[in-house]
Amino acid sequence: MMSFFYRVIFCIILLGPVTLFGQTDDSQTKGKWGEIHGSVQFDAQYYNPDSAIGAPPVPEEFLMNGYADLIYTKGKFTAGLRYEGYYNVLQGFDTRYDGQGIPYRFATFDADFLNITVGGFYEQFGSGMILRAYEERGLGFDTFIEGARVKSHILGGIYLKALVGKQRFFFEHGEGLVRAFDAEISLNETFKALAEKKTRLTLGGSFVSKYQKDADSDLELPENVGAWAARFNLLYGGFNLSGEYVSRGQDPQASNELILDNGDIRPNYNMGDALLLTGSYSQKGLGIVVSAKRTDNMNFRSDRTATLFDLNINFLPALTNQHTYLLAASLYPYATQPNGEWAIQADVSYKVPRKSKLGGKYGMALSANYSRIHGLNQMIDENGTGYRTEFFELGQLYFQDINFEVNKKLNQNHKLTLKYINLFFDIEVVQGLTGSKPVKANIIIAEMTHKLASKHAIRWELQGLFTKQHFKDWAAVVVEYTWSPHFFLAFIGQYNYSNPNPTQRIFYPTVQVGYIKDATRVTLQYGRQRAGIFCVGGVCRNVPASNGVALSISTSF
Amino acid sequence: MIRGLYLNYYFQKMRLVLTIFFCFFGLLISQAQIAKKNRAFPSVDIKTVDGRNFNTSEIQNDGKPIIVSFWATWCKPCVKELNTIADEYADWQDETGVKLVAISIDDARNMQKVAPFINGKGWEYEVYVDPNGDMKRLMNVLSVPHTFLLDADRQVVYSHNSYSPGDEQELYEKILEQTTK
Repeated sequence: MMSFFYRVIFCIILLGPVTLFGQTDDSQTKGKWGEIHGSVQFDAQYYNPDSAIGAPPVPEEFLMNGYADLIYTKGKFTAGLRYEGYYNVLQGFDTRYDGQGIPYRFATFDADFLNITVGGFYEQFGSGMILRAYEERGLGFDTFIEGARVKSHILGGIYLKALVGKQRFFFEHGEGLVRAFDAEISLNETFKALAEKKTRLTLGGSFVSKYQKDADSDLELPENVGAWAARFNLLYGGFNLSGEYVSRGQDPQASNELILDNGDIRPNYNMGDALLLTGSYSQKGLGIVVSAKRTDNMNFRSDRTATLFDLNINFLPALTNQHTYLLAASLYPYATQPNGEWAIQADVSYKVPRKSKLGGKYGMALSANYSRIHGLNQMIDENGTGYRTEFFELGQLYFQDINFEVNKKLNQNHKLTLKYINLFFDIEVVQGLTGSKPVKANIIIAEMTHKLASKHAIRWELQGLFTKQHFKDWAAVVVEYTWSPHFFLAFIGQYNYSNPNPTQRIFYPTVQVGYIKDATRVTLQYGRQRAGIFCVGGVCRNVPASNGVALSISTSF
Repeated sequence: MIRGLYLNYYFQKMRLVLTIFFCFFGLLISQAQIAKKNRAFPSVDIKTVDGRNFNTSEIQNDGKPIIVSFWATWCKPCVKELNTIADEYADWQDETGVKLVAISIDDARNMQKVAPFINGKGWEYEVYVDPNGDMKRLMNVLSVPHTFLLDADRQVVYSHNSYSPGDEQELYEKILEQTTK
């Protein structure tokens, strides 16, 4: 009975605008009936067995992920849904994506000062360290909240958001209930006297609480866990200083358990907190960013039994350079350690002006990036219910990246990029490979784009990764031919030529061909592939490891 | 008993899903405009590069065409496209009055880098950040770069996914079509 009622209400919400606004005769008016837009994406792969590269066997041989998004808009009203089908889910994705359904559906009404959404929604408060519901399809992450959300800016410069709901968990919902509130005030917009001031200040604050029943008969677990955050953003000319502090209450959970010296595993009753500070300065031709982050026990999930990537309410950004060149991106990329880390990063980019001595006719772009991440020294309390840390004390070194890049247009038809990366990567901590020594690697990359004719170009990349640890040295080559605006053909080869195990000195070749028309894209690929972010034919996306034939089709309208 | 309850729940859920699906199907056939060529530019709150709230309805160019390019600091082809257009941007503006609005989909990890990044590149574009992906979803952007061209009425008349050297020429031809109409 209830579900019938629900269905009728939903239909009225969805069809209401059509019947309400559909009474006029002027059927020629553009968009009178509203507009429907959407996108469709299929990623399919036929898998060849390949035990040499450690590709897991695929009994189905053929796997496919499919997505279709539809959004209907009529004036201030928007409604949408997403169909997802996994027949079965592609390798590298979570196998709990099983079958098909319409997990995401929503309706939004936007009256100038009030924006109301029922159904699924994505949201981010501040830097996301307290709350971020987001989709990263290439990785198979989707943590939208299904429930209700109200956003409002009643007064100039004051923005309020309130929401309640449960998080998506594959084709179901997480057990915990999420309640959240966020307020932001832009002082220069709110107070007329400050409107023309050169200094601009924005302040914000959030409160997020989750509820989950304590089903454990032995332990007293907090059923309501609250977290608060305060943030600021200060601007003065080219200077920008911003920061956010987050604190979470006691929340013993599967992903922050304490392991005592005698091997006992105990619930962790520590509070959690995180601090992020960023300062930047920029003017035409120069940009400098320095940031620091300290996180301690900041796992925040809507289910205390969840682990890995499941049901995260918040998002802890990794303060490292996001590399996209094959070897740098996919072999040793850093992942945030939510249980505790200290991170700093500095980034400088400079454009040497045109017609200068160093810049030549076309100028030259230089950039440098430094990041370093340490763990925290956590001293477990005598009673084994928590641990102590010193705020400024650095623990073990997890990661360091020093890199330089030069971009130069040599002449009308040639563009050159050179990059050097020096890495320190604690593979034991970041990838969980117990007993492995930290990897110290040097990476050298050269990329050249050669314009053959006005719409024909060849781009090649040569890359080398040199290390004495783990799989030792790698070489990679990319050759890509593009015929604008419709075709591309690419060859990618990677070779682990000095692997300590001679049978693992493997060559990974891949051939890709693609056709693009407006917002439609078809790609066919054959070969062996490693995991990572791959950029070919002008697009970047995350691809899992495999051997076989892959077909991707995507379009939006 | 428990299994029976579970199945019942499952079927209810499926029925609901199907109902919604047919509601939409109903919408489709009830003459809602499936915009093949033209679509209105959505209005949604995103951020300026210095962190202020900004509504996309304020993106205007006095009846002249607007290029809206979705990009990210970590996306090489995006940067290549924007760099290439930057070399010709002054000429394009003189000849057609076009304006380029670059919307970054960088998340919290790289959001603070966007302003220094564009200054470091010396770009003259109007740049915004869409960290929550609201604009990206409304424009059905699946991957970057994705470039749209808006006409005098801020209707989308052309869009292109990905970038290869030379794509900027097709874009420029489409801009010329708008200005010579």
